[in-house]
Amino acid sequence: MTRRLVVWCPDWPVVAAAATAATAAGRPTGVVAGNHIVACSALARSAGVRRGMRRRDAQGRCPELVLFTDDPARDARLFEPVAAAVEELAVGVEVVRPGVVAVPARGPAGYFGGEAAAAERLIDQVAVRTGVECQVGIADGLFAALLAAHRGQLVEPGASVDFLAPLSVRELNRPAEGQHRAELVDLLRRLGLRTLGAFAAVPERDVSARFGADAVLAHRLASGLEERPPARRRPPPELSVTETLDPPVTRVDAAAFAARGLAELFHAGLAAHGFACTRLGIHASTEHGEERGRVWRSAEPLTPAGVADRVRWQLEGWLRDERLSAGVATLRLEPDEVVEGHSLQLDLWRGAGTAAADERAGRAMVHVQGLLGPDAVGTPVLGGGRSPGERVRLVPWGDERTPAMDQAAPWPGQLPAPSPATVFTRPAPAAVRDKAGRTVGVDPWHELTAVPVEVALAGRPPMRVVDIAGPWPADERWWSEHRRRARIQALLESSEEDSPIAVLLMCENERWTVEGMYD
Amino acid sequence: MPVLGALATSGLAASGAVGAASSLVSTTDTAQRVLPVSAGLAGLFPLGGLRRGGTVVVHGSTSLLLSLLAEATAGGSWAAVVGMPDLGVLAAAELGVAVHRLALVPAPGQSASGSAGVVAALLDGFDLVAVASGRLVESHARRLSARARHRGAVLLSFGPWPAADLELRCTHVRWHLDGKRLRQREVVVTARGRGAAARPRKAAVLLPAPDGRVGPASEAGVMPGNRWETRSSDWLAKQA
Repeated sequence: MTRRLVVWCPDWPVVAAAATAATAAGRPTGVVAGNHIVACSALARSAGVRRGMRRRDAQGRCPELVLFTDDPARDARLFEPVAAAVEELAVGVEVVRPGVVAVPARGPAGYFGGEAAAAERLIDQVAVRTGVECQVGIADGLFAALLAAHRGQLVEPGASVDFLAPLSVRELNRPAEGQHRAELVDLLRRLGLRTLGAFAAVPERDVSARFGADAVLAHRLASGLEERPPARRRPPPELSVTETLDPPVTRVDAAAFAARGLAELFHAGLAAHGFACTRLGIHASTEHGEERGRVWRSAEPLTPAGVADRVRWQLEGWLRDERLSAGVATLRLEPDEVVEGHSLQLDLWRGAGTAAADERAGRAMVHVQGLLGPDAVGTPVLGGGRSPGERVRLVPWGDERTPAMDQAAPWPGQLPAPSPATVFTRPAPAAVRDKAGRTVGVDPWHELTAVPVEVALAGRPPMRVVDIAGPWPADERWWSEHRRRARIQALLESSEEDSPIAVLLMCENERWTVEGMYD
Repeated sequence: MPVLGALATSGLAASGAVGAASSLVSTTDTAQRVLPVSAGLAGLFPLGGLRRGGTVVVHGSTSLLLSLLAEATAGGSWAAVVGMPDLGVLAAAELGVAVHRLALVPAPGQSASGSAGVVAALLDGFDLVAVASGRLVESHARRLSARARHRGAVLLSFGPWPAADLELRCTHVRWHLDGKRLRQREVVVTARGRGAAARPRKAAVLLPAPDGRVGPASEAGVMPGNRWETRSSDWLAKQA
């Protein structure tokens, strides 16, 4: 059992968010994700705000609460200086998550003459270098050390089991570290197992028979053992992946693009051997020969997206670092610790027989991204909205296909099918006139002020109106900027051919534009 | 040696062991050589669908271009559209295109050779590649057609293209508008091409039908009150 020293920065998401906004100083702050508070500052906590609370409840308890949206990339980027500060005094730094680093305790304890002295030095070092408050805990094993850090305790060697025993079983649910065990904790409490000691007293065999694999892991943690049995596999050296970046990467978006490709390659290499990575070493060197390296630890085996996220966060952290004199030229990913990866195989039915075609198309798109840049090629995704243009978002290839707006929400004034086959990215001006040659408008009741008789598109000669449909009203954001909009479909008599043309016209504040064409 | 090589080749060719690659292709199943199109349009193509390796030109109608992609993408093929930033994706989805297998490259670069390179890269991985032909010069176009033939992809051009196998255009357009919305459009699609397609073929379809898809024109429901000519005169009379 290795002695672990954990440096924990309390409420890191809040600290990181507040560091980017000067307004938050001295006021209660919180971070929200999906309408729930995921982290809050001590001031906010004293006002009654708790993690997991709904945004509105939190604002009800503490009206002056400053809220930020959750951004894992920001957390990771700002944490890099803290990790670097710890690394100056201790070797073998592992980032457990933004806000928590773990190091083996033996080195610094021996060097600074005792664990208490080492802990004090580290707290000072982090405060001086980065201005961030942190707490240190030392215990046997990462889980006990993390809990010790939350309490600022140094647990004697061999005393970790006694330290853990009286603590609440709720400590097993750690959403911030990616270990969601709310249901298990609830079940244990209802069974009367309220402390980690009581849970640890249940024989492991019974736990595994009754609760399943994740509970066995939790049981190991509660018993003060390492998360995984020590028989971990040493990865063969060829599983590390090195990529030469030409031209060297200096921009964050380019780094994200490089990270994605490399993560896929890395994961595929591991998967071919039946492995998944739980500790990922990211190493980079610049054109001028500067070297940077960092180990990321994850409780769960990393998925390709998880690897890509960590590489991207790390590169962002380094690229914002002024001490780097040139762009990143080579990037190496090393699996420091691997586990059996059977649980991570891609699902068998994905693509249902079209997997080969999907892969070929994906490769061609990556090729085009290489020629034109990452944003140049994408697949569209349909969402909610009123106009045909609003309802489509082009997602760059490789990004998550999420619509811009919710499709299920009600959209009064949405145009019915069929939709225009041409939707102008830059709508051209149009003139819509009545019999007397005056411009037709839309009144507050969304009716046309006159009957349109002729329409001129983009300065071309006017065409006679055969028929119109609509208008479809679209009053958007009437509370902030007044935009009274209405759309009509118009059938126009074309002079060139005998066939009529159908267009979608939009009126905004008496000005008409042609949004689309049914061609 | 060259002489020997030539002799050997001609000998083999005479014995039937060596043949043109195209003859090998022709022995395979029609289903593999042809990408499906919707039933209303199948009659326009000599093989009843888009022949792999072929170049098809669409004149003037974006929805006709999109309707050609519908059946193939729904069946698992991928399609790419290059250089058409104003493409109506919603209309594509309504016509039956599986938009999660539709790649868009709205801006393939300023230079003609650059965009030709992008199209060539896409032909390697996609079954269907649609290109707005405006910026490409003739030599690039011929090379891309050859590449499509080699890769077994279908090249669709929106606008004139040299060396096309088939050219499609819409005629006799007739819109139906039912007072509340544009409802459907009757068109006659004319196909004209080389070889087996030399004789012009015509198909009357609804493009789009009231639900946005392609429908056979027999479903048109040509009720007198539904035609735009008569309806619009009613409407104008009422408004006046």
